[in-house]
Formats: sequence, structure tokens, C-alpha cells
Amino acid sequence: MPTREHLHRRDANAWVIEPHGAMRVPAVIYADDELMARMDDKVFEQTANVATLPGIVGAAYAMPDAHWGYGFPIGGVAAFDPDEGGVISAGGVGFDISCGVRTLLTGVAADEVAAVRERLADALFETIPAGVGSTGDIVLGDDDMDAMLAGGARWAVERGWGEAADLARIEDGGRLAHARTECVSARARKRQRKEMGTLGSGNHYLEVQRVADVFEPAAAEAFGLRAGDAVVSIHCGSRGLGHQIGTEALREMVVSAKESGIRLPERELACAPIDSPVGRDYLGAMAAAANCALANRQIITALARRVFADVLPRARLELLYDVSHNTCKIEDHEVDGRRRRLFVHRKGATRAFGPGHPDLPEALREVGQPVLIGGTMGTASYILRGTEDGMARAFGSACHGAGRDMSRRAARKRWQGRAVVDDLAARGILIRSPSFRGVAEEAPGAYKDVGAVVGAADAAGLARTVARIEPMICIKG
Amino acid sequence: MTEGHWEHFEHGADVGVRGTGPTLAAAFEQAAQALAAIVVEPHRVAAATTVAIRCAAPDEELLLVDWLNAVIYEMATRNLVFADFRVTIADGDLTATAFGEPLDRARHRPAVETKGATFTELRVARLDEGGWLAQCVVDV
Repeated sequence: MPTREHLHRRDANAWVIEPHGAMRVPAVIYADDELMARMDDKVFEQTANVATLPGIVGAAYAMPDAHWGYGFPIGGVAAFDPDEGGVISAGGVGFDISCGVRTLLTGVAADEVAAVRERLADALFETIPAGVGSTGDIVLGDDDMDAMLAGGARWAVERGWGEAADLARIEDGGRLAHARTECVSARARKRQRKEMGTLGSGNHYLEVQRVADVFEPAAAEAFGLRAGDAVVSIHCGSRGLGHQIGTEALREMVVSAKESGIRLPERELACAPIDSPVGRDYLGAMAAAANCALANRQIITALARRVFADVLPRARLELLYDVSHNTCKIEDHEVDGRRRRLFVHRKGATRAFGPGHPDLPEALREVGQPVLIGGTMGTASYILRGTEDGMARAFGSACHGAGRDMSRRAARKRWQGRAVVDDLAARGILIRSPSFRGVAEEAPGAYKDVGAVVGAADAAGLARTVARIEPMICIKG
Repeated sequence: MTEGHWEHFEHGADVGVRGTGPTLAAAFEQAAQALAAIVVEPHRVAAATTVAIRCAAPDEELLLVDWLNAVIYEMATRNLVFADFRVTIADGDLTATAFGEPLDRARHRPAVETKGATFTELRVARLDEGGWLAQCVVDV
């Protein structure tokens, strides 16, 4: 079992566990000294375990916000080659398939938003379903469900939720074409029927934010970010449908891994060969769940636009970008001088393609992909950009958020939800949430320092920091 | 051991559920209580309605994951919160009744949804002091 003694420093912000035992490739952890000192030992063990899986290419990676996950660490990145017996892992994607963040540019100054912030906060809270048991106005019948699962954000735009221009600003053009709706179970569909256009709970949110600092003016300009402007960010995923698909696939892979002869260091690392019935079915269902997440964020965007049109009509809410941080994507990467088609798992990690990548929209191609890092409701979020170095360092990947530093139970004992809301209000941050207990569990102090995480990702060359954005209004699930 | 007991244990971003009881079925009941308590504080929930749940698995640990996921599914699709559970287990078949009521957000003040029971820290075992333990981490 790998421990800290197996780690050796590769440079100031990268640590390596060389292959030993059943490891096929090295494990590489990107973090600075301080994050490394506080990192859960389980991260090293789980990253090394991922390195034992069949068909893994290059190395198993952990991002600076990595923590103990399910088989894969949260903050884990690993690429697999189907031609070399590579696998796909439900735990390597996570339960909230295609959970992600999108940021919208308002085109108006934060001061203008501040002038109407109470009204705006109330209207957003009233319009966007958030929290346990919340349902949307959209109830999907069987045909609509299939169309949504196949069409993703494109389906949502066709149904009037958003604009065609949004699609170019979403990974994969807003739709994973390899979705197979027939692989989505009746139970998964039932869990989703009333959940379209809902935020969910836990760490999911819609925030109105102020661009507080710009670090790279040229990139910020290309992204349309100006210091002092207001932006809107949405963090949520594939709701009940994704959770159910993850649940079913994890169980199926636990049972079938034995039959496939895959030796697993721990049961939760369950996976299936990409080129197998279980692997192919999961890939098709996972892509459908990703489409559900993209459609969900698109609908919430349309709801937010309606609120702004009413409360602050000058605001445009133009989509800067939409990233997913729980995924397995089929991507072409250069490995040892050879172009290879790989299945890249990012569990709590953000795709961060560098400048010139053909998958980026033309307006962003020269600068690199926007990498959207969600912070907490009391600290800050960050916008980074992908780098050429990052393509080689972790298949074009970076961190995804702050990562928890304290359990929900400990947070609940330490903070009162009402006091958290009042403290933040005194700092000019309006919280609207159906649950004080939920707010206490999500208190900003329960998270790691997102600035340190972003700083380490930047220093490691995974992505470059473009802007820091601070919360003004947070609709918390 | 004569009485059942449930608790939460810590797991980074998520929550561990642990149930103990004099029998395997009692430990499963308590683990489900711990699961339900992630969402809503138990004293706020009345046992006004019942839901029948059945599942089967080739071993006790898989059965625990299936059982907790079945409870999550019923909470999600029926918009219910639960107060109590009665479980019987025979030859890998689990039959249960869950007691609860429709979620009332103002009265129940739910904290967070549960996404799925995981294989992390999954353990179903006899305790040295007698009785059973059933636990795993739940993704929230």
C-alpha cells in the first residue's frame, strides 16, 4: 500500500510514486508543499491503485484539490487505451455524472447589480428550484426524456431554453453524440421526471459574482471579463438520473470485474473493459447522463435570464463557457510522439485544453479553454485558462474546486446556518437557501483555501489564472 | 447486544452511515435510519405512510448497498422522508417496510440529498461483543 514514503518530489509542485507492485504506470500528484502536507493519505493510495488498471496510459494523476474518493480519488485523472485492454470506471466518473460549472457574462457593472441585489436574490430564489425535494415546472414524458438524453443542451435550446450561440460555448457543442438512450434504465428515468431545471443540494449553487481581480488582461479580454463587472455562475449536474446510472453501473462493474478477470486492489475501483458489453453500455448511459447535465444547466441558464430580463434588463447573460468535472471523454492525445484515441476520466477534475486545440470555439482558441473553478459562498471562485504544458502534464486537466477540509457533521456542529447567513450578509453576500442546516454544512470555513489550490495548479503549469471572482448573491441548494 | 444504534462517521466530502443491532436485519434497519438522518433530523418525521421495499444480492455487503440505494430511490421518486424501518432478511432476500411521510420543506428542514450508497468503507460483519454491524459511505 503506497504511503508518503513512496513519494518523491519531481519539481516544486509535482510528486511521483514510481511504479511498484501491480502499478503499470507512475502516480503523479500535483500540489505545493502545504497542500501536500494536508492531503489525505488515501489520495496517494487511490492514485497508485488507479495506476494498476489495465490499459492505463502515461500516469495516474491527482490534482491539487484531490481528496479521498470512491476507488478513484476526487481530483483524479486517468486515460485508457481501448486497444490495450483499457477500462472504463463508474467510480472514475462519479455519481453526479457531468457535474460542472458554467459562467455567464452579464455585461453590466457589479455596482449596478448591487443596487438591485435584494430583489434579484429573491427573484432568483423564487424562480430556480433549489434544495432537497425541489421540482421544476418541466415534467418529461417518455418521448421528451429520450430527446433530452440524446440531445443535451441542443435539445434544451431547440425547446426554447437558451440561444443557439450558447452551444459553441459548451464542451462537445452541448451534446455527447455517443449517448445511447436505450442504456438508461427505467429507474434512472423515473428519478429525473420532475428534476429538469433544478439545482439540487449540497455544494451546488447559482451565484452572482463580481470580477474582483484580473491577472492576465489579454486572456480576460478574450473571455469578456472586466474587473468590476458582474458574472453569473451555475454549479450543478445530472440530478437523479445521473445518480441512478452511477449507482447501477458501479454495482454491475463490481460484479462483472471478477468475471472479466480484472484484478482490483479494492472493490470500489470497479471497472469494465471499454470494449465489452458492460463497458459499452455504461459509456452510452454515461453520455446520456452527461447530456442530461448539459440540458439541466441550459434550462437553469434560461431561468436566470428571465429573472435578469425582469430585474435588470440591461444585463445580457452571455455564456462564457460550460465545463464538466465528472466525466470520461473520448479524446485524441499525443503520447510518446504518437496520436492516440484515449478515454480520459476526470473525477473532480476540469478539462483544460491549451491554446490552439481544435475542440475550442474560434473566439477562445488562441487563448486556451476557460477553466471554471468553483469556490465557496464566502470566499472566491477563479477562472483559469488551459495551457500547452498542461496538455502534456495531465492530458489537459486541472483542479475543479476548493475541496472540503471538514466533514458535514463537523461543520454542522461548528456553525449555525442562520449565523453563517447573517455573517455573509454583513459582508455584502446575500444567501438564499431553503435549508439553514444545509448552509451550516456548506459553511465557507469547511472548505480548503481555494486560492491555494488554484495557485498550485497554476504553479504546476496545468492552467494559468485569469481572474478571481467574489460572490455577491448565492442561491444555495 | 439488545438494542439497535445508528451513527454517522466522517468521510471527507461525504457521510458514512453505520448501524448496529442484535441481528443482521436490525443492523440494516439502523443503517437506513442513519441514511434517512442525513436528509432530515429523525424527530421531525412522522410515520404516516408506509412503502414496501424488496431487494436481493449474492452477499451481505452487496445487499446493504442495494438496500440503502433502494431507500434513496424511494425517497427521491416519491418525495418522502423516512422515520423508521422494519427489515427481514432470509437467504439473501430482503423484505422491508419504510415508515415516513411526504417531504414538507418548511417543517422537515431537509439538509442535503443523498445520491447513492457506495462501496467505500463498506462492511457487514458480526461484532465480537455480539450482534451485527452494517456500514458504508453515502455520496451526497
